[in-house]
Amino acid sequence: MTSHCQSCFARVAAAAFALAVVATPSAVLAQVKIGSSLAVTGPASFLGDPEKRTLEMYVDEINKKGGVNGEKLELVIYDDGGNANKARTFATRLVEEDKVAVMIGGSTTGATMAMIPVFEEAGIPFISLAGGISIVEPVKKWVFKTPHTDRMACEKIFTDLKRRNLTNIAIISGTGAFGKSMRDQCVKVAPASGITIVHEETYGRGDSDMTPQLTNIKNKKGVQAVVNTGFGQGPAIVTRNYRQLAIEQPLYQSHGVASKQFIKLAGDAANGVRLPAAALLVADKLPDGDPQKPVVTAYTKKYQDKTGQPVSTFGGHAYDGLMIFVEAAERAKSFDPAKVRDEIEKTKNFVGTGGIVNKSPKDHLGLDQSAFRMLEIKDGDWTLVPESDS
Amino acid sequence: MSVRPLNERPLAKDMPALGDRAGSAWRTILGPLERYRLTPVIIIAVLIALAPLLFPSAYYYRVAALVYIFALAAIGLNLLMGYAGQVSLGHAGFMGIGAYAVAIGPVHLGVPGWLSLLAGAAISAIVAFVVGRPILRLKGHYLAVATLGFGLLLAIVFTNEAEWTGGPDGMSVPRLVLFGWSVRGSQTWYWVSGVCLVLGAALAFNLIASPAGRAMRAIHDSETAASVLGIDVARTKLMIFVISAIYASVAGSCLALFNGHITPDAADFLTSIELVAMVVLGGMGSIVGSLVGASVLVVLPQVLTVLHDYEHMVLGLVIMGVMIYLRSGIVPSIAMAFRGWRR
Amino acid sequence: MAELLQFTFSGLTVGAVYALVALGFTLIYNASDVINFSQGEFVMLGGMVTVFLALGGVPLPLAALLAIATATLVGLALHRFAIETARGANAVTLIMITIGASIFLRGVAQVVFDKRYHSLPPLFGDDPIRFGGAAILPQSLVVFAGAVVILVLLWGFIDRTLFGKAVLATAANKLAARLVGIDTRRTVGFSFAVSAAIGAIAGFLITPITLTSYNIGTLLALKGFAAAMLGGIGSAFGAVIGGLLLGILEAFAAGYLSSQYKDAVAFIVILVVLLARPQGLFGRAKVERV
Repeated sequence: MTSHCQSCFARVAAAAFALAVVATPSAVLAQVKIGSSLAVTGPASFLGDPEKRTLEMYVDEINKKGGVNGEKLELVIYDDGGNANKARTFATRLVEEDKVAVMIGGSTTGATMAMIPVFEEAGIPFISLAGGISIVEPVKKWVFKTPHTDRMACEKIFTDLKRRNLTNIAIISGTGAFGKSMRDQCVKVAPASGITIVHEETYGRGDSDMTPQLTNIKNKKGVQAVVNTGFGQGPAIVTRNYRQLAIEQPLYQSHGVASKQFIKLAGDAANGVRLPAAALLVADKLPDGDPQKPVVTAYTKKYQDKTGQPVSTFGGHAYDGLMIFVEAAERAKSFDPAKVRDEIEKTKNFVGTGGIVNKSPKDHLGLDQSAFRMLEIKDGDWTLVPESDS
Repeated sequence: MSVRPLNERPLAKDMPALGDRAGSAWRTILGPLERYRLTPVIIIAVLIALAPLLFPSAYYYRVAALVYIFALAAIGLNLLMGYAGQVSLGHAGFMGIGAYAVAIGPVHLGVPGWLSLLAGAAISAIVAFVVGRPILRLKGHYLAVATLGFGLLLAIVFTNEAEWTGGPDGMSVPRLVLFGWSVRGSQTWYWVSGVCLVLGAALAFNLIASPAGRAMRAIHDSETAASVLGIDVARTKLMIFVISAIYASVAGSCLALFNGHITPDAADFLTSIELVAMVVLGGMGSIVGSLVGASVLVVLPQVLTVLHDYEHMVLGLVIMGVMIYLRSGIVPSIAMAFRGWRR
Repeated sequence: MAELLQFTFSGLTVGAVYALVALGFTLIYNASDVINFSQGEFVMLGGMVTVFLALGGVPLPLAALLAIATATLVGLALHRFAIETARGANAVTLIMITIGASIFLRGVAQVVFDKRYHSLPPLFGDDPIRFGGAAILPQSLVVFAGAVVILVLLWGFIDRTLFGKAVLATAANKLAARLVGIDTRRTVGFSFAVSAAIGAIAGFLITPITLTSYNIGTLLALKGFAAAMLGGIGSAFGAVIGGLLLGILEAFAAGYLSSQYKDAVAFIVILVVLLARPQGLFGRAKVERV
């Protein structure tokens, strides 16, 4: 009895593994594989979803134009749901089974951090699409990233606050990875920027009313402005509740709400909200001489035509990662991981959706604060806040 | 109220346990082997030893190691659910304690990894003891919601106490060093987790066959009847709860050490549900079933990646299908069908 | 004082949402002893189907009706093809089936709809009603009213109609119910249909406040389940009180103690309540028969 079922288990397991082998498209050998593990579903799916669509769109386009170095690209994307353990398994799979030449992915910082050892050990370049500063600080040989760090967003907001002579602020942050990480960075850089944080509140994932937290902020004496760090539906609800309570102080959102969807969800309440964001969001409003204008206009058009959804900066991060890799491979005239890595590190004056990228052995991000624009929402649309505005 | 003597009463009538009563039909064939209760453990051990012959790469070792780690936690939970008849929707919380113990111990307190693992197990046991005393008085769905709340509490603590745990982004876990040997890599962890699983399964089979195990099953059938028979119901339930917490904690420690990085989602509600699903899918009251349940839920998502966007749809359908057609769980249902066929 | 009022308003807003979700658990539990873990997906369907039909140009009231009809059909299908097929399985197996159904429905929604958050226009505008220094949105009152209406209907139905009594009889003893001529299959199927409809109505009503997306169901079901247990599972009145209580607990904990640990505070209170009253606030104590 017992022994019989032991062997059925063995057979089931063997069959499952065999199926997994068959399922892996190993027949196409002439192609160069780009690996990716993204949070296509789950709470961070609004990162992973546009990232996936962007990668698919552009790999298609590149292949139609003849590929890179005369070879076609093949994309292998897995959905880790933002779960670090699953991401780690997919990382191993990409390296061991799919034999990818490069990894472009990792939607969340937690998943990225869990995957780093796999690519460091295998010696395969890893371009992360997650925000956390711990990904590139300290510098790891094989690991790069494309999105701005939370710290830059904080500094950008603080600079704007100083310009408006608002120095005492309250922070309300989401307890999710993004909100928490940015809140920590803001707390860290506040003293150097001359900002005092007089009160802090948080809200959880899926919360649908933040008026108690905002009431406490409203009643706190001396709060001159409020900063909300977080993404997903949280910031939209915070913004609505903010107007519901008729709080007068300026409200700042983070780069995590970087999509038109936020304005739609928050409605009229969004008017007057400021946030730091990449040039991508205001493609049509950039002055003609702006070096990023052609890139972000083209990306916006392509993404919106193809998907019918408003463009978000998250998809832009995937575009930047893919293009940095493609250009590096072209410069290296090879897909040899070590050579490609060296060329990625030498990326200079790359014009991406996130900014002008200048990487170096000491800086595997290559963006500075100038990559961020300060936006204000007026009448349901983004407007650029002039840099000289007081 | 009529109470039949325990030994005449069919035990665990809706989910028969493999290895005891299901074995009767086979006794004639397998003879002495069958009577030796650790036979399934030996077979598991042999399978673990031979499985690598099928493995072409480290990726397979990793997936298999994850199966063993989750199976270990599922076996612990199965003792509670399948044998003692108590539900827990918060068992990932104990996995979290074990996982964060091996992260926080070496990083913040300078305690070596192996000692942290033991300390984590001890902490889990103490927490289970303290929490279990009151909440195990609750029954059915009320116990479910209480354990659910307990698991959520732990997950909230792991997420919020960022100075200790690294917050939602998690923290890295130093490699385990045993007698100067650094335990690393998928292959090494395959063997470590395999040994852990075999030990865990052996302990579980021993426990079930012990007097305490019989008391457990009596409680599963009817708490009132068990207490009439003189079984200290509260104490037995608490003991099993503590034991199952230790299983989950050790599994959590292994997971964290294996991955080298731990995030709070190892301790969250969805992981708890996944553990329960492993137990129920494989078969409540079947130790081998827990291994099968863990295999299905760890391997299946890897196979389903070919379906891309339809992955979750099919996963849901598979779970529903298995539960509809193998309603006692995979292993007990197949065992029953096979027994019927033999007759 | 104004802040106490605001915290209460917030608690009632969130609590009414939980109450509506919790109500959905009641009927299925009463008829079949099953906690339906896909109840959250019914709520999701109510919101998402309305949103996407409205985007496609269907007038909002019609879209909402179609969404409710869709969810009801899904509920019936879940009963017919899954629960009914697994007739005779124990409660844990049935619950596992509903978990599978929830994963399946989410999987379908992510393909049919999209992965972004969506909103619906509130029924009576979004100018807050100001009162005593605090503010509440009209939609919160709508959700609250919805919970009360459904409560009254359910209560009237279960306690005052023959069919309702059949539901209770089915729950108490399936075999005995069948012996007295109750079609237990139809009774349970009916309870799935009505629960799904309640979920969808909840989804439509709460979306202007909570927003909706394909995976909103899990968290809502979690809170709704906790609320239903706090009130005493099976009692419609308990579901509403449990929901409101949970919402108020969270709001007060966020306002007075720590917003970081508000969920923890809420669950600790639930634990304490259950230890004092193991059958929930308004639940009936079950006597174990041997």
